[in-house]
Amino acid sequence: MRYLPLTDTDRSEMLARIGAESIDDLFVDVPAVAQLDGPIRDLPMHASEMAVERHMKARAAKNLAAGDAPFFLGAGAYRHHVPASVDTVIQRGEFLTAYTPYQPEIAQGTLQMLFEFQTQVARLYGCAVANASLYDGSTACWEAVAMATRVTKRNRAVLSGALHPHYAQVVKTMAQFTGDEIADSAPAIAPEADLDGLIARIDEDTACVVVQYPDILGRISDLSKVAEAAHEKGALLVAVNTEPVALGAIRSPGEMGADIVVGEGQSIGVGLQFGGPYLGLFAVRDPKHVRQMPGRLCGETTDAEGRRGFVLTLSTREQHIRREKATSNICTNSGLCALAFNVHMTLLGEKGLRELAAENHRLACLAADRLAQVPGVEVLNSSFFNEFTLMLGGKPAREIVRDLADRGVLGGVSLGRLYPGVEALEHALLVAVTEMTTEEDIETLATELEALVKETV
Amino acid sequence: MNAPNKSGWKPVMEVAEDGMHNGPSTTTGNRALMLEEPLLFEIGHAEVTGVDLPEADPDAKTRLGGFERSEPIGLVGLTEPETVRHYTRLSRQNYGIDLGFFPLGSCTMKHNPRLNEKVARLPGFADIHPLAPQSTVQGALQVIHELSEWLSKLTGMPGVAMSPKAGAHGELCGILAIRAAHEARGDAREVVLVPESAHGTNPATAAFAGYRVEDIPATAEGRVDLAKIKERLGKGGEGGSDVAAVMITNPNTCGLFEKDFREIADAVHAAGGYVYCDGANFNAIVGRVRPGDLGVDAMHINLHKTFSTPHGGGGPGSGPVVFSEALAPYAPLPFVKKDGENYYLVEEENREERGPSFGRMTAFHGQMGMFTRALTYMLSHGADGLKQVAEDAVLNANYILRSMEDILHAPFAGSGPCMHEALFGDRDFGGDLSTLDLAKGLIDEGFHPMTVYFPLVVHGAMLVEPTETESKANIDQFIAALRSLVERAKAGDETLKHAPYYAPRRRLDETAAARKPKLAWSEDEA
Repeated sequence: MRYLPLTDTDRSEMLARIGAESIDDLFVDVPAVAQLDGPIRDLPMHASEMAVERHMKARAAKNLAAGDAPFFLGAGAYRHHVPASVDTVIQRGEFLTAYTPYQPEIAQGTLQMLFEFQTQVARLYGCAVANASLYDGSTACWEAVAMATRVTKRNRAVLSGALHPHYAQVVKTMAQFTGDEIADSAPAIAPEADLDGLIARIDEDTACVVVQYPDILGRISDLSKVAEAAHEKGALLVAVNTEPVALGAIRSPGEMGADIVVGEGQSIGVGLQFGGPYLGLFAVRDPKHVRQMPGRLCGETTDAEGRRGFVLTLSTREQHIRREKATSNICTNSGLCALAFNVHMTLLGEKGLRELAAENHRLACLAADRLAQVPGVEVLNSSFFNEFTLMLGGKPAREIVRDLADRGVLGGVSLGRLYPGVEALEHALLVAVTEMTTEEDIETLATELEALVKETV
Repeated sequence: MNAPNKSGWKPVMEVAEDGMHNGPSTTTGNRALMLEEPLLFEIGHAEVTGVDLPEADPDAKTRLGGFERSEPIGLVGLTEPETVRHYTRLSRQNYGIDLGFFPLGSCTMKHNPRLNEKVARLPGFADIHPLAPQSTVQGALQVIHELSEWLSKLTGMPGVAMSPKAGAHGELCGILAIRAAHEARGDAREVVLVPESAHGTNPATAAFAGYRVEDIPATAEGRVDLAKIKERLGKGGEGGSDVAAVMITNPNTCGLFEKDFREIADAVHAAGGYVYCDGANFNAIVGRVRPGDLGVDAMHINLHKTFSTPHGGGGPGSGPVVFSEALAPYAPLPFVKKDGENYYLVEEENREERGPSFGRMTAFHGQMGMFTRALTYMLSHGADGLKQVAEDAVLNANYILRSMEDILHAPFAGSGPCMHEALFGDRDFGGDLSTLDLAKGLIDEGFHPMTVYFPLVVHGAMLVEPTETESKANIDQFIAALRSLVERAKAGDETLKHAPYYAPRRRLDETAAARKPKLAWSEDEA
């Protein structure tokens, strides 16, 4: 077996040193009821690299890759170009096959990278401090709510109706066990988000208000207004961002008064990967909140010879030290995805990120204008970055998405899939456009949509 | 074990009297292949980029709602050659499995096969959107389904939740299912029992889910105290037991198989509780023992340990959870089902099929990139290979235990064979030398240290997990180095206090880092 270096001679020599007759002697403590008499039945035996590759390729071939079709899906996962050098770096064995940097003297590569990453994220979000990453945007969103309850000692969270519904569900799943109260509302279909309605729900028991920016319908709204209202009641503003590229074009949530900024970092360096692994970003605007943050933090220090170096720090917040009193049970971060983000962001830099954002917005404006010309199609948003909502005449958008797929077009995410059973959203289609979208793709979507909407009107 | 490696080859090195091979200092601070690398922010510029994009038109009309960014972000860029060099230089300051022996206990640092990486990057897996129409991602759903069937058969447990993002997230998944099951029958309970040798994530998870955590002591032989558990289960008062679950790691973190596991499970079940097994150490028994046969109700499996997906310098992990018949209905959304040749996702809207699921734990379907790698690994090894994996892992650990016990305190060496890791303590070290010093000495010898100061039940614990992917020659060299370090430690060799000497950094001041945290770069530093 190609992954097992011991030879039979090695095995007998080692058993002799141990003083055991056979390998079975080493499993004597396993009760008889759990002893198997051979390899588990009903599973295949070992296979060659060629055979395994063939098996897996056959499965991959059944999927329609985003790159093989006009592609317009977003809703929390975006398809961006990832420069070739990103993958080259993350495949270096020293990064790929390292563990959590608990022995800092031989993990400065990972640690320095995390320090750079934390700096990049904090700056992008307009915050003082970012952590070394969490699992993904949705779990980071829950961690932010949990942190807000610790900071304010209140247990009510007000979620904007335009927060990604899966993020809201994660928060609600967790809250039903922790006993926190979650105030939720149905998303309203309108060109602009209903901030007044949201603000009206903040009261003296509110720990935090959670607002997505840009929101699930792609709209951009005035966070500073919500921040002001929240702060007046002693609550924190949690801003959620699912498209970091947007922050190359619009003001940062921290700048607009958000206290905790969390989001999904997948757009930068990570790729679509059918939903995971992704990259949870987490930052706080006020450094005094650092000790209530979840997850790993990398900090600067010096070594015994006075040279600068980096270590994991403030670990007294964490489970391996604090056990049941920890700020979170999280034990890992999304290290390699953080590296991919770090490398891609280094390649972009300030200039590249701004240009990337501008190009996304330019193409999105182009697409919105073209699609608005299709009879029976209306663009809902008055503002957007690279994603907007279409209202479609005729059949529910969910069916149109399936019909589009049958015609080889991945045309967007129907809000009917995200909000099953909500009638007002049945005809809404979320369309995302990135630098990967060509004008030809836009034309194809417009043409196919025209045929489908016409067919059913 | 005198030879430092198989052939007896040893590098010749001039060593000065102070034990250092000091040469003249260099202008750059570099030492040949040991290259210092500044921070990105010290070498990058705001106007430099390594990506060619169309220049933004400053007069273009925008529809950003009037929220255009006016202030600089504060990012810097590098060109591609500079970027590749920056990270290549950083990478060389890292230790990885590819470089050498990494015997980190309870972490299972086995070789990460490169076929896994190749497969995960196929566009059919890497370039598909989580919300793509299900007719266009049948192959991906099939992989999730196939992997869950492997996990089910390997553990002998019928239910599988694939969405948890890492081990601790899997623990949370299991504990939430237990909570949901109790609540469904109107029997909400308050307490979770956790042995003192458990991973910190166990008590943290139980507390996060709203439970009170109580410790269970270990016996002198390093196993969970069955009598104490039974006693505690009976204490519930009038309403019956208040214990919702026990969380037990098996094999445990002392490196031993919990012999009484089945009896513990029976007692917990009789008291109306559930058994959570921390599957971090599944590598010791994979393909040889099925946890389902031991009465487990829920167990997470770290795909990044047993099933060889890369640790990546601290994640991403992946922590699917297997469930018994009793807990399976409460598993989180979404999950994949098969209908004839068709695969589909059960989500919130499938009201009948979702049953009493406790809800969603993450935005999408879990760590697909790890599923493809793990399935590739399982197919490579097969049922026979995986059994051999467990056997070689256990053999290697026992070999180390028996090669060290005469010289290094092995508190549970008399409790029988160890499983896939061997536990030692720092008794009889001379001067004020401790486990930390020995670990840093191992760094100079070219090894990654073992897990230190865990589990908490042994003074100066050293938990050594060799895994099955090490050759005997490597292990012999490690044993030789460890023996010599133990001799030095016992003799009170103070030079160890200052190890490592040869790593990219000497010991780092962690106290100063925590006292005045500096968590981001700032321009003041320049």
